[in-house]
Amino acid sequence: MANLKEVRIRIASVISTQQITKAMKMVSAAKLRRAQDAIVQMRPYAAKLREMMENISDSLDSSTGGVFATARPVNKVLIIAVNSNRGLCGGFNTNVNRAVNKLVREDYAAQVKEGNVKVLAIGKKAADFFNKQPNVYAGNHNDVYLKLSFDAVSAIADKVMKEFADGNYDKVEVVYNQFKNAAVQYVITEQVLPMAPHGPLTPKGGTPNAQEKGMKADYIFEPNKEELVLDLIPKSIKIQLYKAILDSHASEHGARMTAMNKATDNAGDILKALRLEYNKRRQAAITGEILEIVAGAEALNG
Amino acid sequence: MHLDIITPDKKIYSGEVTSVSVPGTGGRFQILKNHAPIISSLMGGKIKVEDSEGSKEFDVKGGVVENLKNNVIILAE
Repeated sequence: MANLKEVRIRIASVISTQQITKAMKMVSAAKLRRAQDAIVQMRPYAAKLREMMENISDSLDSSTGGVFATARPVNKVLIIAVNSNRGLCGGFNTNVNRAVNKLVREDYAAQVKEGNVKVLAIGKKAADFFNKQPNVYAGNHNDVYLKLSFDAVSAIADKVMKEFADGNYDKVEVVYNQFKNAAVQYVITEQVLPMAPHGPLTPKGGTPNAQEKGMKADYIFEPNKEELVLDLIPKSIKIQLYKAILDSHASEHGARMTAMNKATDNAGDILKALRLEYNKRRQAAITGEILEIVAGAEALNG
Repeated sequence: MHLDIITPDKKIYSGEVTSVSVPGTGGRFQILKNHAPIISSLMGGKIKVEDSEGSKEFDVKGGVVENLKNNVIILAE
């Protein structure tokens, strides 16, 4: 029966799809662990840097932050859209694209009219999406994912900071998926430049180490506080961007793992239904054959 | 005295040392035990570390060093 064969072919195809999604899930799980490790490795650096910044800027007024900490009237905006080079990870890529699109259409509608909003894509999916909007597309850095390292991100940050210092942009924001856990990612928008007075790395709320601060040693600052702050600000901006990209990278694998897990489950459901269908049809075919034989025998006896 | 050399990608050194010499922006200097608390930025060059096993060198492009109570932390790039 041709019908039976069709069902068998479909079962085989669903099985092979399930194998692929299962393998992708495992690969993502392994990559997720590595991506999370990278975040953990980066944390001591970020924490120490923040501590030093606080230490130094405590005794400084905010006016000494240099060009990167000085807010200007917002005429030209750069939005850095961070997602990934690959699909098959649920809403991961689209969520970022949608959030950036919303920023462009709503929050910066006035600046867009003058052609002063640019989107820098980090990730092929963002690049492909914004490539279709030539008035805002400003290029991409998709290759950063080939070998994700601080150096690669640092080069991007340097470029962005230079353009900011040159006055090509008055405000730089980054949109990325913040990693909560493998199943949950939040799309968030963070301001990169100009840097907030106490820096984006400063934890919100009261300072728990207030007592500690009273006991802080008198540091020798070399060359001096002002120059140290100017030296540390670019570092902390780089770290902020690096953190965003690492978070996004971990989120990508988390999202893909969840998506592939769901796909594997769904394939299982389909298989179950198909097998039932197959058995029913097989039984129907057998019943039909028996009926024919019996009918044939009856005819002979009759 | 304890030394940590940290980069954003990983910790490249952690352990007890007798001396560490760094390329400060104001000139190369050495930190020995009981050095006064200091925060200094670094320029590109070599960090020289001396511990019980001998001396080691690390190349850096820049960074910051902090010393407090015989705890030296170098944030390197």
